[in-house]
Amino acid sequence: MAIGETIRNSQIWKSIFRHPMPLDRRNRIVVMLTNFFLHLHPVSIKKQGIALSFTWCMGGVTFFLFLVETVTGVLLMFYYRPTLEWAYNDILALRDVTSLGILRELHRWGAHAMVITTWLHMYRVFLTGSYKPPREFNWVIGVILLLLTLLLSFTGYLLPWDQLAIWAITVGSNMARATPILGYEGPGQQLLTIGGIDMITDASDARFGLLGARFVGEETLNRFYVLHCIAIPLAVALLLAIHFWRVRKDGGISGPL
Amino acid sequence: MHSNGLFLKDVAGFLGFYYTALALMNAVAALILWQKKKQTGWAIAWSVFASVMMVLAGLALSGSKSLVPSLPLAARSLVNTLSGPMLYTLGTTALFTILFVFRKFFVQPMVAWTVFNAALVLMGLSMADENFAAIVMKPDNVPIVGLVFLLAFFTWVATKQAVVNDERIARGLPPMEKLDDEKVLVWPDLVYTELICMVAVSAFLLVWAIFLPAPLEEPASSVKTPNPSKAPWYFLGLQEMLVYFDPWYAGVVLPSLVVFGLMAMPYLDFNKKGNGYYSIEERKFSYLVYQFGFFELWITLIILGTFLRGPNWNFYGPFEYWTPYKVEVLNNVDLPQMFWVNLLDRPLPRAPQGAGTLAQIGYILLREAPGIALVGAYLLLLPPLLAVTFFRGFFAKMGFIRYMIMANLMLLMLSLPLKMILRWTLNLKYLVSIPEFSLNF
Repeated sequence: MAIGETIRNSQIWKSIFRHPMPLDRRNRIVVMLTNFFLHLHPVSIKKQGIALSFTWCMGGVTFFLFLVETVTGVLLMFYYRPTLEWAYNDILALRDVTSLGILRELHRWGAHAMVITTWLHMYRVFLTGSYKPPREFNWVIGVILLLLTLLLSFTGYLLPWDQLAIWAITVGSNMARATPILGYEGPGQQLLTIGGIDMITDASDARFGLLGARFVGEETLNRFYVLHCIAIPLAVALLLAIHFWRVRKDGGISGPL
Repeated sequence: MHSNGLFLKDVAGFLGFYYTALALMNAVAALILWQKKKQTGWAIAWSVFASVMMVLAGLALSGSKSLVPSLPLAARSLVNTLSGPMLYTLGTTALFTILFVFRKFFVQPMVAWTVFNAALVLMGLSMADENFAAIVMKPDNVPIVGLVFLLAFFTWVATKQAVVNDERIARGLPPMEKLDDEKVLVWPDLVYTELICMVAVSAFLLVWAIFLPAPLEEPASSVKTPNPSKAPWYFLGLQEMLVYFDPWYAGVVLPSLVVFGLMAMPYLDFNKKGNGYYSIEERKFSYLVYQFGFFELWITLIILGTFLRGPNWNFYGPFEYWTPYKVEVLNNVDLPQMFWVNLLDRPLPRAPQGAGTLAQIGYILLREAPGIALVGAYLLLLPPLLAVTFFRGFFAKMGFIRYMIMANLMLLMLSLPLKMILRWTLNLKYLVSIPEFSLNF
């Protein structure tokens, strides 16, 4: 115990943790206020608000899975090059050559799990009527986060560049071809004709914008890679911050009035 | 291609483990019932069940055709012949209805446990079928199996509390959530729960990642189209809608409406009750709408699209081999054909040779008049009609704009099941079919 005591009394320790161990009531309150990672939480909370039968912990698990995806995703980026020449081979090497060969498994199954936990979190929020005032707008942010989660998963699906990947993305993105007015096979695309020249063609429609090409090719791989690794995660991180902040500002975890 | 010896040898280890896990799970349940709950009768029943599961585990490990527990071939082919999109959809609807109506019965722990075990045993028996296992054990399909059991579990958790709360509210008592009103400190009560959750999820994910390799097929080739070509599993409900609608509606408009409708929900639901606790009776309407959309139109369609749609997006029974040569008769007819040709016995209205653009559009509108009238009546006449009848109370409370948005969202949501019914009964393909403008509905 003496060593522990010495460490906890050292200048270094005290500069990091600005309070004693959270062993008594006062310090358990102080720790919530002074620790960056804990300050998202309130100091005290209604007992029913932390009952697992009430919350299912699904929002928290979704956030945790987002962190898992970020960490495993960054590690995967060390091994993966998003080009036609290397994408598939890098995934092969990741499976057959690299040590800790379950990195891709962790990332893929974590992604599937994140989609499921997002649905379950929404389901719980609906069933407890927690989207009702004053939490309406946070529900709206949640719906956008759901959409971004699906897009994250969808863009990531292409990256292994195998048959499963390109055909799933082909089938999925073919829908954009039929966007009303903006897709070249969509209803009303004839409306955007200027001086007899068709503005909406297979090289200018919504699907082209998504794929960066007329079909799923190298441009698509690059586009989806950037969306998957940078653009969407940044948007998610921002919205997550707002989502959590609003949970606190809208009165914390919901409960009967 | 039915079960041969090799397949059973491959799956024997998994099934042995599966039944052993079932036995252990029930042994623990029996122990808890006996020691903690003092329900000796149930404890004995589940111990017996656990022993039976041990026997099944032994039989499964044998890996021989005569011993591995499986469904009789006759039963499997009966299921295959009977199943189809119509029976599947009506069957799941009936199942959800029964579960909802008799929820007080089904939430009882022992009833739920029985149903859960029955589902797991049925799953185990089905896994001994080569065709069933081939689809369910595809790595990317495994999460859906997990999703089904998780949804069942959490729906039970929620409904159980809702039933209790509804009974309390009927007696004038506050919901259960109100009882634990005292406040506790977040450290340690919440942060430790979160830590345990994180450890549990990490452990679960590690085990999953170790035992199930991520799929990696042949390198991408834009000339070799796999049959069937499927979107990622969470979009397969949308892909299934393509059977009934064109891509512009099933793939673009309906998904956008789902997102918009979800966002609009808190602003459309004017019911102030049921905020912050589980309840069904206090918000039956919104509850049923959400459950219908989530379970019937999203989850069951994903399961249908993943497990029961094979090559050429044909329907295959759960134990059927996915032969690419299966031919389905396509005798779907458009409404103009039904109206002009079949009913009035006249040719379809067609613009005369050399007619101007306006005349051509006029003829198209005439040709499609029955469909346009039907869709128009559905979307424009039904909302006001409902406002003075079925939704009278809603209209009074919501005001014009909110009511119209809600009514139209509901009608557009119902367009999918209605189109399904029209397809099954009348072989109707499109209500409105204007290929000239790529506008089919």
